[in-house]
Amino acid sequence: MMEHKPLHERETLGDFLVKALRNKSFLLGAVIVSVILLAALVSFFWTPYAVTDLPVSNRLQGPSSAHIFGTDHFGRDIFSMIMVGSRNSIAVALVAVGIGIAVGVPVGCLAAAKGGWLDETLMRANDVVFAFPALLSAVMITAVFGPGAINAIIAIGIFNIPVFARVARGAALSIWPREFIFAARVAGKSSSRITVEHILPNIANLLLVQATIQFSLGILAEAGLSYVGLGTQPPMPSWGRMLFDAQVRMVVAPHMAIFPGLAIVLTVLGLNLLGDGLRDVIDPKLRRER
Amino acid sequence: MLNYAIRRIGIGIATLFVASIVVFATLEIIPGDPAQLMLGLNATDETLNALREQMGLNDPLLTRYTNWLSGFAVGDLGNSYTYSVPVSELIGERILVSLPLAIFALILSTVIAIPVGLFSAAKRGKAADTVTMGTAQLGVAIPNFWFALLLVYIFAVGLRLFPAGGFPGWDAGFFPAIKALTLPAIALALPQAAILSRITRSAIIEVLSEDYIRTARAKGLPNRTVLWSHAMRNAMIPVLTILGLQFSFLIAGTIIIENVFYLPGLGRLVFQAITQRDLIVVESVVMLLVATVIVVNLLVDLSYAIIDPRLRRRR
Repeated sequence: MMEHKPLHERETLGDFLVKALRNKSFLLGAVIVSVILLAALVSFFWTPYAVTDLPVSNRLQGPSSAHIFGTDHFGRDIFSMIMVGSRNSIAVALVAVGIGIAVGVPVGCLAAAKGGWLDETLMRANDVVFAFPALLSAVMITAVFGPGAINAIIAIGIFNIPVFARVARGAALSIWPREFIFAARVAGKSSSRITVEHILPNIANLLLVQATIQFSLGILAEAGLSYVGLGTQPPMPSWGRMLFDAQVRMVVAPHMAIFPGLAIVLTVLGLNLLGDGLRDVIDPKLRRER
Repeated sequence: MLNYAIRRIGIGIATLFVASIVVFATLEIIPGDPAQLMLGLNATDETLNALREQMGLNDPLLTRYTNWLSGFAVGDLGNSYTYSVPVSELIGERILVSLPLAIFALILSTVIAIPVGLFSAAKRGKAADTVTMGTAQLGVAIPNFWFALLLVYIFAVGLRLFPAGGFPGWDAGFFPAIKALTLPAIALALPQAAILSRITRSAIIEVLSEDYIRTARAKGLPNRTVLWSHAMRNAMIPVLTILGLQFSFLIAGTIIIENVFYLPGLGRLVFQAITQRDLIVVESVVMLLVATVIVVNLLVDLSYAIIDPRLRRRR
């Protein structure tokens, strides 16, 4: 059974981890995500084969003991390409989440703190941004500045802003009427100080869950953009680009399409499991409903 | 209800207006002169100027914006820089591929997701629920264009049941056209169905814990009636919200999927336009898609009030 602790009593990181690791979804997600992160880190120092070599005589080989995921149309080792490509996916999605948080959270908190016309204006501006799916922003940015990984970051980042603004506003609005906020007001604290000292720590966990979700959406979006040529450009390996290269060679080399795709699925699955687990641990109320 | 609808429509129009400024402003800061692009480097200043004048490029920014906007209202979007045909004609042709594809996918995803979500909710906690939701969890993680590649490999290359790409046009008859759109629609629909079924399940489960459901059961109503007519109606609000959101993902998704299947839709058009720097086409297609997203979200919001009479009174 669950214990009912007073709301203001903060649990230590240790308590949290013990609780989290008992959650199957969190544990599985954490393992998968750690493996992917590790692969990305290791790729800076070591990959089975160099991805800059083009041993064309080895091209389009199926999986074997020498190349466990086979080779591509330039003879590059697909496993090594996936390792190096993971950096790119992670970097793009991570920075895009950062942009979403850096802009969205202050906007949401401001809207919640001030209310009135400012709230209305900010949320209507949010609606406008929300009408631009990441792909459409990417199309516009590419039309203006030409293709590149930076476009993907900006487009996905812009898409993340209204998401974080909404979550932050909604969560902050539920904290504002609480007694301890009232006490802080009586003590003479300004609303910006209350936001930083009391609101943010109390909504941080919800934002963390959202960040995990947006991270996984970012991985998917980056892959999609690179696939259609609006994201990462060759020769930089990227999962989406690898799938583009695989498409015309599906008949002779299906392994070129299968493994990069599985890498995307595994990463997104891991992040989603991690996010679901986190939400269950952070908000047990939701778990009872499920 | 009427007040709410008027207010919501007003907000929708304002959003459209601001979005149009964003699209116009973004594509106006583009380096490069469309007239120069059309005529090539050898054009004389005189011909360049004449063309700029004809295309309205010499007008002040505000005039061009209002011309563009009013053109949108009457369906006159100007001429494509590269094809030299009216943009509205180009879009009109392409939309006959993209819109049916998006609707096909939306129908597929709804038809799959709602029964699956309902089934899972009814079997909550049992093995069938775990398996269905595990599959859904996997489905959410699958990129639609990769799924599309796999479908092509299995059903077009392997089994030869469907074409691998291309579109015969509606003139070729309804069935060949639908056949060409089937794999793309499945590729678009399944990942969306995975999300939708999870939402449906949790919405139903939440509703099932309400008192009136217990009352309905206590009255001796069969389980099926309770689920379909009592629980479903109340679970529709979150489901509709997601459906509205999904439509904008589907629109973006069609752009990518059209590239997998070489379908001559709006997505292909916009990519060709980008490579040829045919900005007037990019501008118009992006605006059209953004407007669709805004209008669909508006309709979703309005339909809440129809489904849930409580919302009408509250506002």
